[in-house]
Amino acid sequence: MHANITTETGAPLMSARGITKQFAGIEVLRNVDLNLMRGEIHALLGENGAGKSTFAKILAGVYRPTRGTLMLNGSPVEVSSPIAAQKLGITLIHQEPISFPDLSVAENLVLGRTDGALLGRVPWAQMTRDANALMDLLGVRIDVTKPMRGLSIADQQMVEIARALASDSRLIIMDEPTAPLTPKEVETLFKIARRLRDEGRTIVFISHRLEEVRALCDRVTIFRDGDKVETVATDALTDADIIRLMIGRSLKEYLHKTGSTIGEVALKVENLTLPGFFADVSFEVRKGEIVGLGGLVGAGRTDVARAIFGVAPAASGRVAVNGKEVTISEPSDAIALGLAFVPEDRATAGIFRTLSVEQNITAAIPKRIAPNGVIRRALEKALASDSVKKLRIRLASLRQPIGELSGGNQQKAILARWLLTDPSVLILDEPTRGIDIGVKAEFYDMIGELAASGRAILLISSELPELLALCDRVLVMSEGRLTANLSRTEATQESVMHAAVPKTARQTVGVAA
Amino acid sequence: MNSTEATTTSTVRDAAAARPRWQVLLIRPETMTLALLIGAIIVASNLSPFFSDLGFILESSTYYIEYALVALVLTLVIISGEIDLSPAAMMALSACVFAWCYQAGVPIELSMAASLVAGILMGLVNGILVIRFQLPSIIVTIGTLTLYRGLAQVLAGDRSIGKFPKWFNGIDYRLVFDVPVPVILFIVASIVLALVLGTTVVGRQIYQIGTSEVAARHAGIRVRRIKTGLFVLMGIVSSIAGLLTASRLASVRYDMATGGELQMVLMVMLGGTYIFGGRGTILGTFLASWLLVIIATGMTVANIAVTSQLIVMGLLLIVSIIATNAIYARTQR
Repeated sequence: MHANITTETGAPLMSARGITKQFAGIEVLRNVDLNLMRGEIHALLGENGAGKSTFAKILAGVYRPTRGTLMLNGSPVEVSSPIAAQKLGITLIHQEPISFPDLSVAENLVLGRTDGALLGRVPWAQMTRDANALMDLLGVRIDVTKPMRGLSIADQQMVEIARALASDSRLIIMDEPTAPLTPKEVETLFKIARRLRDEGRTIVFISHRLEEVRALCDRVTIFRDGDKVETVATDALTDADIIRLMIGRSLKEYLHKTGSTIGEVALKVENLTLPGFFADVSFEVRKGEIVGLGGLVGAGRTDVARAIFGVAPAASGRVAVNGKEVTISEPSDAIALGLAFVPEDRATAGIFRTLSVEQNITAAIPKRIAPNGVIRRALEKALASDSVKKLRIRLASLRQPIGELSGGNQQKAILARWLLTDPSVLILDEPTRGIDIGVKAEFYDMIGELAASGRAILLISSELPELLALCDRVLVMSEGRLTANLSRTEATQESVMHAAVPKTARQTVGVAA
Repeated sequence: MNSTEATTTSTVRDAAAARPRWQVLLIRPETMTLALLIGAIIVASNLSPFFSDLGFILESSTYYIEYALVALVLTLVIISGEIDLSPAAMMALSACVFAWCYQAGVPIELSMAASLVAGILMGLVNGILVIRFQLPSIIVTIGTLTLYRGLAQVLAGDRSIGKFPKWFNGIDYRLVFDVPVPVILFIVASIVLALVLGTTVVGRQIYQIGTSEVAARHAGIRVRRIKTGLFVLMGIVSSIAGLLTASRLASVRYDMATGGELQMVLMVMLGGTYIFGGRGTILGTFLASWLLVIIATGMTVANIAVTSQLIVMGLLLIVSIIATNAIYARTQR
């Protein structure tokens, strides 16, 4: 048997030095150093967007790194394209293999490495013989003369692996290969992966399934937020360690500081109805209170928020702000009453992409920056840079187009815009969606502070742990109706989900039970 | 591996560096317009000695200045993400209203006021169709351009209406500090609109609406009010331009300014305003207007047939749109 590699002895097959990748000015991978040893199976772990797939694609020549070098057998290489990668002995196996479905298995195997003349004869017999030999080597039975189309995904992956062997790849990268496979197919894949390792090849294995990583991999590298956090022998970590490294800190640490005192009713909604979207929605949010609004996507939560804020007003029902009944037919009415709304769709409803961060931050306070209609630049700049400091927005310049900032910083700028209006009621619709975990934590802290300063907060979120951790009360919507109003103690994953699942489905469950 | 280290490594991503200031200032469509203008002046000066005479240029500019005046407001409309193709027809109809009233015995001052009211109403119709009924402005204003021109023909028939009092005619020959009155009007309007667009909240909001109408609404900007206002302003300025034309020609016909909308769009585009909204300046349109004056006058002086002049104008429009797009794509990252 093979001795598991747990330390880096000898020269690595491939080493990455300072690999950094930017997309549209946003760093998705930062200064990654990593050694891949000969004869090891190396797992890459991390949340979605942590950078592991980007790193794998850089290894395979799909992306070029913005900075940094790759060293193959100790000398720097340019992996400029997937074909260049193949020539260097690097193959990426896709989850859903990319192949030519109408060509035969044998033809797919030799793709991209025909060395004959453009109009040279194709050596069919030779090709089929070679293909069969490769299949035998892998120990799988596939008729190589059949078209790819009829093959199962598992078999298609085998063909891709065979192709890697045909070009004698020393580094084989598998990007979530097991997701579409049955347990039995996974077993076969693992057996082959181990054999390839024992031949001295290097395998990079990307998966979300910890048990698979444990069963197969010698070492793991954990990515978080574009950084490489750690590379260790798999046995040296418990599952809990791995999870903690992946998300940074556990959700418990965000727990709402219950320092805020809950006061008068700030927002009261009665029988709000917009046919086709929601009906009979009634609730209230008090000063200093964080009220969560949970439910499945499409339950009408965003529509209620949009109705309250006047983006798409309700057909009937009453809204009262700070005890006074009001009519809101335009967002400008809502703002004048002290409401603020951070919309779910930041890219289209939140930011002015090509305009400066400064202009984006001051967009909702025209009267403050221009008391007599003419904008006072110095005043505007002071207000904007004050917000930038307070919310710790990372930017190069206030004059920079906001589109150049990362998603989290864009969202902070939008929040800054609303804080400048000094709102008494804040409606936040999925405020942390698509935001790095680090910035998420900052948002949780800010939401807590805003409530503590006496503002009423309505938080729409599809992330249950977020709702449960932050909110004093959780409302749940299902199919346009409010189905639950849970206190902090009543709100659990189960109680929220139970109320969120549409009635008809619940009845079916009831019948089945 | 411990959690404190984990927290520090999860710091926020750094933003990309801002572009150097000289790039922000130099790589702008207006720079291209200015370069073209200087080039055109040099070429034209070699074609004819008249071009070294500022008076000649100003005198020959009055025809284009009427369109240029409207193009200034059209710039705001296009920045806000809409377009108005009906101004030339609005010029004709409001001028016909003026002439018809005058002929019917209404005092000339009141006739002029009626022309302005007609302009306001026509702009309002455009605005309501686009804003309330949520129709694309390009289609709406192609429709109203035909409608207004048709109404003008019904009102004035096929003849030209003239015989205005002497003081009304020939405004293009009246000079203030050696500059024709319409040119003065154009320069003053340019300065005022540039200040509105560049320094006021409304100007700022016009850019914001053009960048993202949805985001503008969410930020509490009264999108409908501002856009309707812009369409009405188009009606007013078209009416003023129509009166200037009537004064210059000393008569009004229903086919006044036929095809003028394309000249106006050309000026706005040539000045670097982005056809999809959100970007552009009054300075650009101002420079482009003079560019067009120089080119058109230059071609006439060089004896290039009017038909061939159209080819040049068409090519200019296409080149300017390509260049503007390329510059914005570059600076957009």
